[in-house]
Amino acid sequence: MYKKICSKYEPTKDNLIHILHEIQDTHPQHYISDEAVEEVSKYLNLPTNHIYGVLTFYSMYSTTPRGKNIIRLCESPPCYIKGSENILRKLKVLLGVETGETSKDGLFTLELSACLGVCGNAPVMMINEDVYGDLTEEKVEEIIEKYRRAQ
Amino acid sequence: MKYYRSHVLVSINDTSINAGVKDFIQALRAELAKTGLQEEINVLETGPLGFFGRGICLTVYPENINYQDLKTEDIPELVNEHFLKGRPVPRLMLDSDSKFSPKLNYDQRVVLRNSGIIDPENIDEYIGVGGYEAWEKALTQMQPMEIVEEVKASGLRGRGGAGFPAGIKWSFSAPLEAEQKYVVVNAHDGEPGSFKDRLIKEGDPHQLLEGTMICARAVGATKAWIYIRGEYKLCIQRLEKAIAQAREYGILGKNIFDSGFDLDIEIKIGAGAYVCGEETALIESLEGNRGNPRWKPPFPGVEGLWRKPTVVNNVETLANVPFIIQNGADAYRKFGTPECSGTKVYTILGDVAHPGLCEVDMGTTLRTIINDYAGGMKKGFRFKAALVGGAAGVILSERHLDVKMDFASLNQYAAVLGSGAILVMNEHQSIVDILWSILRFFRHESCGKCAPCRNGCQQLYKLINKIKKGNGTMDDVEVMLTVAEMMQATSFCALGQSPIMGIRSAIENFKDEFIAITKK
Amino acid sequence: MAKTVNVWIDGNQLEVPDTMTIIEAADKHGFYIPRLCYHPDLPPTANCGVCVVDLAGSPTPKRACCTPVAEGMKITTNTKKLRSYRKTLVEMILSNHEVVCPTCVANNKCELQTLASNLGVDMEALPSILIKKPADDTSLSIIRDTNKCIACGRCITVCNEVQQVYALTMSERGIDSHPDTAFAHGMANSPCVNCGQCTVYCPTGALRERSEIDEVWDAILDPEKHVIVQEAPSIRVSLGEEFGMPLGSVTPKKMYAALRKIGFDSVMDTNFTADLTILEEGTECVAKLKAGDKRPLITSCSPGWIKFMETYYPDLADCVSTAKSPMSMFGVLSKTYYAQEQNIDPAKIVSVAIMPCTAKKFEARRPELRDSGYQDTDYVLTTRELLRMIKEAGIDFANLKEEEADEGMSFYTGAGTIFGATGGVMEAAIRSAYFLVTGEELENLDIDAVRGLEGVKEATIEVPGFGPLKVAVAHGLGNARKVMDRVREGLNTTGESPWHFIEIMACPGGCVGGGGQPYGNDIASRARRGLALYEEDRNLPVRKSHHNPEVTRIYERFLGEPNSPLAQKLLHTHYFERSVNTGQVVREVTHKH
Repeated sequence: MYKKICSKYEPTKDNLIHILHEIQDTHPQHYISDEAVEEVSKYLNLPTNHIYGVLTFYSMYSTTPRGKNIIRLCESPPCYIKGSENILRKLKVLLGVETGETSKDGLFTLELSACLGVCGNAPVMMINEDVYGDLTEEKVEEIIEKYRRAQ
Repeated sequence: MKYYRSHVLVSINDTSINAGVKDFIQALRAELAKTGLQEEINVLETGPLGFFGRGICLTVYPENINYQDLKTEDIPELVNEHFLKGRPVPRLMLDSDSKFSPKLNYDQRVVLRNSGIIDPENIDEYIGVGGYEAWEKALTQMQPMEIVEEVKASGLRGRGGAGFPAGIKWSFSAPLEAEQKYVVVNAHDGEPGSFKDRLIKEGDPHQLLEGTMICARAVGATKAWIYIRGEYKLCIQRLEKAIAQAREYGILGKNIFDSGFDLDIEIKIGAGAYVCGEETALIESLEGNRGNPRWKPPFPGVEGLWRKPTVVNNVETLANVPFIIQNGADAYRKFGTPECSGTKVYTILGDVAHPGLCEVDMGTTLRTIINDYAGGMKKGFRFKAALVGGAAGVILSERHLDVKMDFASLNQYAAVLGSGAILVMNEHQSIVDILWSILRFFRHESCGKCAPCRNGCQQLYKLINKIKKGNGTMDDVEVMLTVAEMMQATSFCALGQSPIMGIRSAIENFKDEFIAITKK
Repeated sequence: MAKTVNVWIDGNQLEVPDTMTIIEAADKHGFYIPRLCYHPDLPPTANCGVCVVDLAGSPTPKRACCTPVAEGMKITTNTKKLRSYRKTLVEMILSNHEVVCPTCVANNKCELQTLASNLGVDMEALPSILIKKPADDTSLSIIRDTNKCIACGRCITVCNEVQQVYALTMSERGIDSHPDTAFAHGMANSPCVNCGQCTVYCPTGALRERSEIDEVWDAILDPEKHVIVQEAPSIRVSLGEEFGMPLGSVTPKKMYAALRKIGFDSVMDTNFTADLTILEEGTECVAKLKAGDKRPLITSCSPGWIKFMETYYPDLADCVSTAKSPMSMFGVLSKTYYAQEQNIDPAKIVSVAIMPCTAKKFEARRPELRDSGYQDTDYVLTTRELLRMIKEAGIDFANLKEEEADEGMSFYTGAGTIFGATGGVMEAAIRSAYFLVTGEELENLDIDAVRGLEGVKEATIEVPGFGPLKVAVAHGLGNARKVMDRVREGLNTTGESPWHFIEIMACPGGCVGGGGQPYGNDIASRARRGLALYEEDRNLPVRKSHHNPEVTRIYERFLGEPNSPLAQKLLHTHYFERSVNTGQVVREVTHKH
């Protein structure tokens, strides 16, 4: 599987970030495993330590398995002053997790993120690739419910 | 050309897509057809409208009425009342209380001149409003150095950060002999509260491409990269589409317009790191490395991407270029002040009546921006402070409301102008709290390469945390200043040099709050 | 071509080449700029920010380590502000550092400690921001203690750029960033070859050898055990300086005396087995040459190199000499030949090696190196550990009366002693191989072409009856890559190697620059110590391995002849292929005869 993803890109180092994105996006647990790194390492002829360094630098990547849906709540100043802390508290209660954890049912991983660039609708979160703005505690509950129902 | 009685501009953005804008438009068109209005009312899918409403938003021209948070259920009422009977529906309007409508000043716009007007996903619409004329002119009628001179003469300064003159930047790379040169578009747009570059890209991607092409021609680059945040999916899609269209039209590619000039543009995406907005960190990231900045000199203009001469420009900077080449430096200089020509795009957020996007002349005061473009303060709130420039910005108080917003007048605060983020705070909000949020941000985003920033951001966060909890003293406030000043002097890149801005301005402008919250 | 530019440092006009950075120009002309992460041997990581100086016309200070000089530059190295910035900065670095100086191996050698003391910082100025993490103690050779790490990045530079081993990287971001192995699996599960250059360049005590001092003391203090010790060539030129003697003092006899004072039962010398190695390896080489083998012979003394080869060049493992390293030859002989000669039960023998090397600790524990029926070498101490033991024993080394080593496995020739410098094994081998091929003695024993610190050295020696013998010498694994890539390319294309005989040492400078050498082990001191070995060689009565009487004796009384079946059993070994990701054995690639 990883080989197939790699082969879509020229084997040059500058494609590393794209390849890692695709590996993570297509993995059901949204993470990049040791095996994936070893495969990429072979393909790009890059040592694994370099890839690991890159992986751990960028906040979008994870080296540990995550839930089916990745929630990224913005904690930057514009969302903060619009009450992102309350949203975070609500999400923690709803999902029964702390920041960085995955819910027991494996459906959600709760993460904090720097500015998502949708500050006009602060507070904002992304679930996978979808953006949810103007969040209120009630709205968050609805959204989470929607994802649960979609199961 | 067909004549329509009204144009309905529907903003397609992340929020509206999520609210189901695609289905909404389909339903709207169907409803218009049902009522026989399809020949009179034109529904346009477009980019940012200049205000940030909830959910699905649209603007109706020529009435200039904004609706927000629309649902499919609202369509029959909207069509029946507004489009058929000419009676706007206050219930659905952006602000039904005041009669405020954001000042749209299209005649004064450069960067956003097409934004919200044309369909960003259609190259023909861009060409229809004069798009790519400047590119053709630059390629067929001008020598590279003439382009550089024109941009120099325009006085255009970089819109990413410190405002370095763009023409001069280009002039460093243009004469260099090299087997390969690059243009890199800094579309990272990571400053919290600033997303003007995203809106420029989403609203008018072709203008950015055209500016990039002209820059490439001026410096002799045959390859350009647009570095964009991994989170901006819609933006990436629009740009990819725009590039594909430009290739298809022969505007990009080999021997463009028979000039013998080759150029290709490609998109590279990031993976979540604020520091990658710094040009050398961005180059590292482009090469597939950790986004640690590089030491300057050598500057990227001499040794950048893969050690080749590389001009790195911000999105807004390049989006100004087609206008300059099309209309000349003198026309451009009519905007702004003598020292700082042109316009500036801002995103105004926080406790204003109408958070939004605006483009104003350089030198416009903060007061004007807030009152004329954002409808003043939100009802029932008083202005207390504005965080200008995002996390790396400054916290201005009431006495700064009439300072002209340009690189020269803001002097010590000038570095914050580029990102164009204005976050307005009301009298109930705590400055210590906002500073805490800023310092938490830096703690998270320091790349960790250099000791002053890596350790300093953590120290600052710990100190503000203590102060916020009421356990700090004014000595702690002093220590914060000492640490942040040291960071400014010794940090490797602009990130570590930035926290002092917010800290110093917060303490200088709102000292009482620090005295009140600290222990005696 | 470098141009000369005029710069002013603190008002003094200087002419310096424009290729220099400010700190290089300052150092060259005797102006001191405080620094922490900068090291003259390495490209600047530009991490710490301590070396900031003021430049006329620049609004903010600039880092001296990476800012190139330019014509007319006016540099001020100290101002009230700069002093205050540096102090705050060092106070802050200390606030994220585990300050346990008295018990730290780097105490009094630590660059952070020295800087803090020189600047007179206030330890209480800032609250601690240290988040304690467990140490990486997976490796047999190296301990990595993140709590003492200041994330300067030198270890990463030396691992990736100088040695090109690719074990360490900077992991995570911001305050969490720290050097680590891929997936934080630990040094033992990475391509780390245990060369220990990271421990040499670590400015603090964050990277250090896994100490075996306690185990060795226990053995010495156990009356039941017979503890025999060997010392690598480099040790004798690396001890004196710690006790106020000039750098590179040649002190083999003080070394023997100190070891005896510590309580070792038998004090022998690795140089003896270095000479023996020449006979074994030389014979192997001559056989190869005579057979017209197109594949080269490559030396096998350096355990960092051997693991590196097993990891990155297992396809060329058959080119590497099967001869064990001098240390391992000594180890196996101490429990066979020596035990037999002295009539001691080998089970009671504890064989200790004093090595300039951290990789030797790994080598000693290779499961295949148990041909005596026991672990051939029980404990390996680095030079740094021996120094600690000498100090613990309260020995006044500089004024110690010189003593001879014990007889049997200690006599050595000049050829044996130069093993410690890059090119030394090659030179020693040529001195004997020439004789083995031609039956005549080589006249000029100083083979200058293979001496010195150039990364890859090449020479062609006319050998009557054979023709031109092409040799290459590489030190530092980055240079080893260059040589090995050319060998691989040659064999894969024309079927021929560019050289017949190749010496490779893992550490820059050879063993004198080993990962276990005393702190302050920079290129300049490596060069000085290397010269000391050549000086000893010049002054020794015997300078060719095949004239070592104890070597002759061991063949007569025990081994028979070089490469005899017993020699093959005890003195030769075989190699494995290892995973480039984990460093673990994948399969055996060469087999023992």
